[in-house]
Amino acid sequence: MTVMQHIWIVIGVLFVLLNIAAGLIWVERRLLALWQNRLGPNRAGPLGLFIVLADTLKLFFKEDWIPPFADKKIFILAPAIVVGSVLLSFVIIPFAPGIVVADLNIGLLFFLAMSSLGVYSIVLGGWASNNKYALLGALRGASQMIAYEVFMGLSLMGVVMLTGSFNMGAIVEAQKDMWFIVTQPVGFFIFFIAGIAETHRLPFDIPEAESELIAGYHAEYSGMKFGMFFIGEYLGITLISAMMVAMFFGGWLGPSFLPPLAWFALKTFFFIGVFILLRASLPRPRYDQLIEYGWKILLPVVLANLMITGAIALWMRGG
Amino acid sequence: MQLANAILQHLQERFSNDAFQQQLTVDEMPTVWVPKERIIPVIQYLKSDPIQSFSFLYDLSGIDERNRTKKTNTPPSDFTVVYHLFSYRQNHFIRLKVALQGEYPALPSITAVFKNANWYEREVYDMFGIRFEGHPHLQRILMPLTWKGHPLRKEHPARATEMGPYQLWDEKQDIEQEALRFKPEEWGMQRESDDADFMFLNIGPQHPGTHGVLRIVLQLDGEDIVDAVPEIGFHHRGAEKMGERQTWHTYIPYTDRIDYLGGVMNNLAYLLAVEKLAGIEVPERVKVIRVMLCELFRIASHLVWFGTFAQDVGQLSPVFYMFTDREKIFDIIEAICGGRMHPNWFRIGGVSQDLPKGWETLVRSFVDHFPKQLKEYNNMVIRNSIFRARTKGIGVYTLDEAIEWGITGAGLRACGLEWDFRKKRPYSGYELFDFDIPIAHNGDCYDRSVVRVEEMRQSLRIVEQCLNNMPEGSYKADHPLTTPPLKKYTMQDIETLITHFLNVSWGPVIPAGEAMSYIEATKGANSYYLTSDGSTAPYRVRIRTPSFPHMQMVPYISKGYTVADLLSILGSVDFVLADIDR
Repeated sequence: MTVMQHIWIVIGVLFVLLNIAAGLIWVERRLLALWQNRLGPNRAGPLGLFIVLADTLKLFFKEDWIPPFADKKIFILAPAIVVGSVLLSFVIIPFAPGIVVADLNIGLLFFLAMSSLGVYSIVLGGWASNNKYALLGALRGASQMIAYEVFMGLSLMGVVMLTGSFNMGAIVEAQKDMWFIVTQPVGFFIFFIAGIAETHRLPFDIPEAESELIAGYHAEYSGMKFGMFFIGEYLGITLISAMMVAMFFGGWLGPSFLPPLAWFALKTFFFIGVFILLRASLPRPRYDQLIEYGWKILLPVVLANLMITGAIALWMRGG
Repeated sequence: MQLANAILQHLQERFSNDAFQQQLTVDEMPTVWVPKERIIPVIQYLKSDPIQSFSFLYDLSGIDERNRTKKTNTPPSDFTVVYHLFSYRQNHFIRLKVALQGEYPALPSITAVFKNANWYEREVYDMFGIRFEGHPHLQRILMPLTWKGHPLRKEHPARATEMGPYQLWDEKQDIEQEALRFKPEEWGMQRESDDADFMFLNIGPQHPGTHGVLRIVLQLDGEDIVDAVPEIGFHHRGAEKMGERQTWHTYIPYTDRIDYLGGVMNNLAYLLAVEKLAGIEVPERVKVIRVMLCELFRIASHLVWFGTFAQDVGQLSPVFYMFTDREKIFDIIEAICGGRMHPNWFRIGGVSQDLPKGWETLVRSFVDHFPKQLKEYNNMVIRNSIFRARTKGIGVYTLDEAIEWGITGAGLRACGLEWDFRKKRPYSGYELFDFDIPIAHNGDCYDRSVVRVEEMRQSLRIVEQCLNNMPEGSYKADHPLTTPPLKKYTMQDIETLITHFLNVSWGPVIPAGEAMSYIEATKGANSYYLTSDGSTAPYRVRIRTPSFPHMQMVPYISKGYTVADLLSILGSVDFVLADIDR
């Protein structure tokens, strides 16, 4: 691969991702409206698609205000971290054969490391806002994300065992005969839950919990700095969906009447839809219940899953 | 009357004092004047005596009697403090009155006997300047702390135009703002304990979870609530004061806006009291029409509660479905009344108009449509396991605590007491209907929800019975005080023409006296205690709303829970700020 090709892939991925993140504004609002007996944004442009443009412009033109009581530098840094860490995670996603920004042999570990960094944006944002609601949101966010990081990592280890590699490309290739959703349903289930908790989407939007904490950790943010959190959330959904596809649903693999990239995109969009459906249907648990659920139920289950997977893998290799 | 005499006899025997005086009232409620130094022992006795067991302080209010012209056979008083007690055991009210002399009188506080007397006494102090000696925190409750004067005193102006232009100069603004500062010490709260600094979190008056302008200051240790202080009064519009300048008839639209989700149900509470005073017996058709509309409004109000409660615990969609069904109810209301949320449709002695042609079709289609929806909502919300985890065992109170704090409505029934005014003390013909009183036993947020959902089903049963058995007849009582008056005789003789003219131009003159109504409103027991001095306007309108005591209990039941639980508790209590502040 030439350097030029590489640069094109980076630019292409960045361009597509940012557009998807913005486009999800429209997708989410229309889908929610559909499920809630409403119309949703349908005025600007065909099917209301220009709402994306209008929303983006609005965010850009809002006054870029930093509260006088905030810790200015950290306040500015926080939203950049969330977008930065999520975008960096996309580096290892294999969109199609040959279309990957960095084909790291420790790809999966890199993803886990980057998603762990995301928690900084919540904690720092909430702390630097110097606002009690933001602080409570930040504290909730920290405990939730640190807890669910553990299960997220562990839930993927089953796949790693079966593949014998941390390389994302290798993991996808290993699903040629059978998707890992068949052999690792428990791993998928736990990764899915941990993924929702990591992206703090309803039902696990506890750090922002509108009815309790108003907007939680980003209560003081406005304009494009708020927009960064906003885009970070949509990028996060896309990332988790893409990871689910790559890890458990065969990535770009699919019947040959569609190109691999299209298969990958289709599967990813399906899971994005599931995220939105969850938001439309479930209430929010209390945060101590969420943490309890994590440590008392998910952890034992994920460990059992690992042991059984390991035992079977050993037995198959030995036999 | 027998009961009144019996109670009076008991009191006289026990206190060997002939200072008790009985008063006859048109609502036939035992009314006893008690000397002020005896009020604590008398109330203590009535509460603790196993036979009397008046364990529920239903209402506590005041009257400025200085402008009365038609007082007969009652002790002389400048101000009167009125206590309404209720006995669930005897199913009876008793009204105690204390006559007070002087410009700014004082009397002993009964907060040591009844916990819920606290806010009521603060309100009386706020409105009349009557001091309650021994009250733990006698401070204004509805008016701003910086307010001059006491609004329900007769010398206090009732209109802005009587008060001179409003000016806010800098110093005044500073004073006003300083008065809003929360000083925990003033509320008996510590800023720190031995091992923790507390955080004070200000929730409201603008907050998505409070459903209105309510401010709650939380004392937090981490996310655990150590104490909570609600601040109310942001929605106070002086409905009771307005009653004193409106005619009996023109006050009806104000009642619509007390519990603004209850619509015509508020009209009913007010009119039952007026009709008792006027001695009007309404025709059967009127009763059934009123019941039908009230029950439709009960369903509409419960739907708002249901949807917003689900939203409070994070479920975003149900509220949209439920508001759609609420719209269906409003379509019926609109077809019948013309209005939607505040139809102002009941009248003294009847209703505004007869039912329109084709109303049966509308109501029938709703009755057919709704049970299926309700079942779906039940599956969607009540049976959801996360919803259960958020509501079971949260905000628990026992039956005794509920009675002590003056809880009525679904909150009381969720503690296992099968009590409903519609059944136990029927009004407006409820005794003719076949319905059940749903109850639950744990008194937590979940049980309160279950009871309300079942109440919607029962209300629907009542609506269906109204639909099938609507009596024929007039939609107005044939009584001279019916407003607007019947016109059939007016063109025949001069006497009725003059009566009609005066009744329309001045409004009806309701005979002097006093009466209290009580209804099972959407949120609990709602009452209008009206005092008439024989004029075209009420002398005093006292509105007892269910949300007021319910809100008073919130700190008590939210201690030890977390901020997230507070939202479950607030949602399950189902209050309306306009109903609290009036």
